[in-house]
Amino acid sequence: MKPAVFDYVRAESVEHAVQTLAAAGGDGKLIAGGQSLMPMMNFRLVQPSILVDINRIVDLDIIQIRGARLSIGALVRHRMTGASELVQQHIPVLHHTMKHVAHLTVRNRGTFCGSICHADSAAEMPMMSLLLNGIMHIASPRGRREVPAQDFFIGAMATVLEPDEFVTEVEVDVLPGGTGWGFHEFARRHGDYALAAVAVTMQRHDCAASGVRIGVMGVGEISMRMPQVEEMLEGREINSDLLKKAVEALQAELEPNSDLHASADYRRHLAGALAGRAIIDAWSRSEKGTK
Amino acid sequence: MSKRVSITVSVNGQSYTQLVEPRMLLSDFLRHELGLTGTHVGCEHGVCGACTILLDGRSARSCLTLAVQTDGADIQTVEGLGTIEHLGRVQQAFRDHHGLQCGFCTPGFVMTITDMLLHHSLDTDDEIREALSGNICRCTGYEHIVNAVRELARERASFK
Repeated sequence: MKPAVFDYVRAESVEHAVQTLAAAGGDGKLIAGGQSLMPMMNFRLVQPSILVDINRIVDLDIIQIRGARLSIGALVRHRMTGASELVQQHIPVLHHTMKHVAHLTVRNRGTFCGSICHADSAAEMPMMSLLLNGIMHIASPRGRREVPAQDFFIGAMATVLEPDEFVTEVEVDVLPGGTGWGFHEFARRHGDYALAAVAVTMQRHDCAASGVRIGVMGVGEISMRMPQVEEMLEGREINSDLLKKAVEALQAELEPNSDLHASADYRRHLAGALAGRAIIDAWSRSEKGTK
Repeated sequence: MSKRVSITVSVNGQSYTQLVEPRMLLSDFLRHELGLTGTHVGCEHGVCGACTILLDGRSARSCLTLAVQTDGADIQTVEGLGTIEHLGRVQQAFRDHHGLQCGFCTPGFVMTITDMLLHHSLDTDDEIREALSGNICRCTGYEHIVNAVRELARERASFK
């Protein structure tokens, strides 16, 4: 239950961090909040030869509006995202979601971008980055690149990141005024990893849903958008018939795993029930007649 | 063994400068290097909350923090809250409400509660229970701990 031996480097800049990672030849790891990495190191599931601490790099702990997007830097803790007035004002669904993220003490340390890189399908950040059309800003010794959330997650706790790459910020959509939203999660204990969660946003034009987005988590190897279900609701008035069909379609697309905590059938049932509630919430919160 | 690193930390107001191996957990540094055994080690993977300390004024799990990361930091442990003769306010509330039985989880609880009282809304039992949800107690059933926090939250409100 103690980490294996490693060398420690306190990065002074993004460039210093990625150069150090590159020099480690695929055997280095970045640490920000450490709330996922440290347990894995304590269990020796991860044994980096060099640990690169990014906590002293300046200007990475910033949440800012950039055009129609909101940028969250690599050292923004969950507590800061949850308390951010910008997030509350422009992306209320993210503000609400943060209440479900881990426990108070973990939120003090854990970071938005770190959770994205960890890519656990039962964690909220990967799903929110998909829901909000996130773009990961990635630095490496070869320069910078941007990867959309849709292309970033490739499997259970696996991303397209190379060993010498560093997610310096994640940009997400600011939601237009009048956007309705819903988020429902079920976990065995508040703040624990979710058995399932569903997030939905939509606008309403002339009594019809538009711009429908649905994200699910905890019910597959990775968090997912549900484009076919989004399409079913697009341009339609949400009524109980349509809702029932949408929930069934969503359940049909899921292939959850069974584990100690829940069977696949239970998870599928749960995802459907949570989706139904989230769609109703988003529909009723969307402002009627917005353009 | 990897290269040891010199760190200077303030723990309960006292400054320490020591060489540490990078892999040393803050929990082990506090207990084994500084002899501050009030911080308890339960699960060592961030689930139980027994090792909670304050790092620059906010609660943190010392088993998920490396000692080497705390260079220049201000750390508070349960030893800084009070003594057996003069219990701190949170400790006194635990005593008054029977908020502990075996006491193993108690240092983590009182440090988490110190953070809660400094930074969080605790107007309802739901808020109190949610804020406590990262700390596990296997004796009390939590009821008496919630009672203690409720009294502390009311007392805090009376000072506002």
